[in-house]
Amino acid sequence: MQKDRTVPGHDVPVVLATDGTHGPVVHAASAAARARDVHIGARVADAQAIHPDLHVEPADPDGDAAMLDRLALWARRWCPWTARDGAEGIVLDTTGAAHLFGGEAALLRDMADRFAMQGLTARLAMAPTRGAAQAMARHGAAFGICAAGEVEKAIAPLPVGALRLDAETVRLLDRLGLRTVGALGAVPRTALMRRFAGLAADRNPLVLLDRATGRLPDPLNAPADRARRIVRTRLAEPVMDAAPHLAELAARLCTDLSEAGEGARLLRLTVYRIDGDCRSSDVATACASRDPDHLLRLLHGRLDRIDPGFGFDLLTLEALRVEPLDAGQPGLDGARDPDADVSALLDRLTARLGPDRVRWSAWRQSHVPERVERRVPALGAVPADPPDPARERPVRLLDPAEEVRVIYAVPEGPPARFVWRRVEFDVLRREGPERIAPEWWRDRPGTRLRDYYKVEVRDGRRFWIYREGLAQDGRGGAPRWFLHGAFA
Amino acid sequence: MTRDSPYDRVIRLSDRRRGSAGRSGSSACLPGGEVLQEALPVHAADASATALILASLSGARRPVLWVADRMSRRENGLLYTPGLRRLRPFGSILHVEVNHPRDVLWAMEEGAACGGLSAVVGEIHGAPSVLSFTATKRLALRAEASGVPVWLIRSADPAELSAARARWRVSARPSDAHPHDPGAPGGPVWEADLFRARARPPGRWKVHHDPSASEPADRLRMVSRSADGSLEGDRAERSDGTRT
Repeated sequence: MQKDRTVPGHDVPVVLATDGTHGPVVHAASAAARARDVHIGARVADAQAIHPDLHVEPADPDGDAAMLDRLALWARRWCPWTARDGAEGIVLDTTGAAHLFGGEAALLRDMADRFAMQGLTARLAMAPTRGAAQAMARHGAAFGICAAGEVEKAIAPLPVGALRLDAETVRLLDRLGLRTVGALGAVPRTALMRRFAGLAADRNPLVLLDRATGRLPDPLNAPADRARRIVRTRLAEPVMDAAPHLAELAARLCTDLSEAGEGARLLRLTVYRIDGDCRSSDVATACASRDPDHLLRLLHGRLDRIDPGFGFDLLTLEALRVEPLDAGQPGLDGARDPDADVSALLDRLTARLGPDRVRWSAWRQSHVPERVERRVPALGAVPADPPDPARERPVRLLDPAEEVRVIYAVPEGPPARFVWRRVEFDVLRREGPERIAPEWWRDRPGTRLRDYYKVEVRDGRRFWIYREGLAQDGRGGAPRWFLHGAFA
Repeated sequence: MTRDSPYDRVIRLSDRRRGSAGRSGSSACLPGGEVLQEALPVHAADASATALILASLSGARRPVLWVADRMSRRENGLLYTPGLRRLRPFGSILHVEVNHPRDVLWAMEEGAACGGLSAVVGEIHGAPSVLSFTATKRLALRAEASGVPVWLIRSADPAELSAARARWRVSARPSDAHPHDPGAPGGPVWEADLFRARARPPGRWKVHHDPSASEPADRLRMVSRSADGSLEGDRAERSDGTRT
């Protein structure tokens, strides 16, 4: 299915849809859609009936979560403790960081500006506790800043749902007449404790209220920053050739990797040129490796693709993707591991020739001969055994098939004499036909069927020829003949 | 010392391949004994050289590196893996498809140095200048150092000078009789003409391929077609009779 990749304008109502119990439901809506009263959780069919111009796209919750995770790491430019908060938020612990940006208000303005630069709109709020901050960001005024002693006052007018209670508890509190956080806080604590004693801590209104007001601790569990495996070489003078410095870089990187018990899958060599520009080249490996000689050989093949300009004075070598790799015990007989040899060969071939030239075969369920086999880049794929076709198949396949000129046709069966590549062939023996119908779910309308014959010509060569279409099948003129392959 | 030929030609014991003892001389001349070998297809777009090489490698389970330049892919077609099931039941094929013969030679040299492959096969069309005697010599030395069999398919090549240890001219022959249909082509038959060899006498053989044999070494049956007398042919036929 071809996806329409044009981005709709701001005035077009856009909704994201997920699968619900009774068909797709609205997962998220743009500002223009919300202005037209399209609710989250409404059925897409209903919304489209009311607004025929509604633009519907499939939602991607996993992609959103991954994006938020990356965004949370990026947000460490403001403070060291950041984490994704639920499915649609980021929480930052800015303790002791706000003064670096000129105060809390200036920090929030800086955040809004930088999110806007990335094309993102963000609702921001700052409060002494995490619960209060997320409640104010989602339900309070924009750019709300809550001072240290004013948490209760700031969150009192917000609805109880702002405390992240589940829908059932919210409904129960609603029935009790407790619609705002302030009303909930006014209820005697013992009554709340008795009423909700059976609920878990993350659903209990009293616990969540205490966390928001700071009576209970609510620490932020920030994921650790990914360790970067990067080594640098600074040079006293700009040079043009990186080759003499690579051995030392590779050795240092491999020492780092072996201390961490990791092996590199993707390397990037970057040179920082004296004109302020930098150039880099990536090298991938088929399996994790920390052998300096092997990495060095891969990098040497890429040096001619790096333009040094007027020279460079800084080189970095970074392992962009690493995998755990335990130290292997070499055999006592000194024999080399054949699998490791093959993966090292794959790395060298791919580094020099490119990933689209070094490939394994992969197979698809199809009867059309040229569709059965496709090639996948050898890095990152594993070889699979070929399928066992029901009929004999040629050893070599011409792609595309070449048309042959029929000299002497017989009514049923293959031509008795034909011309291919300006040579005349006499068919002595033949086998067939094997009819292969077009695959209507893949082919263009009007594609003709093929009748394949295995023919043996006078000198012994065995060819696979086919007639495309039948006479008077309503899909074009007279059938044509093609040579598609050669048998063993 | 054994007497292996009607002409009192003495063949050293080391020349006899494993498994040939007690059997006819036909399996002693299977292709694959030398390290760098060349196959020259006699006709254009003839898959017999491809098939003969793959059938002679049929017992090896490790991957085969297959390198082809652009012209040979266009002229001879792509290697079609679903059709190789009868010739080579195990092992995958690593396809390297490059444009220039220079890259074919480079990739073959890299592959020949890799002990994890069961064979390296390169295809070069025409007789480009980079495929010189020196290039084949380099390839042969590299292959001898590692022991990986290396095959070079030189299509449309007028047998230029080469350092290959054995050079074969391969062509298709009219096939065996089909067991059920007299008008249909049967099991494949090729003609292999060993016209240059370093460690064995040259000769010509008619090669039958029988995928139903249990041992991979038995799938190729070579019947001598050398012009040196009827005795050779008689013996080959007699040994066939006793085997089947």
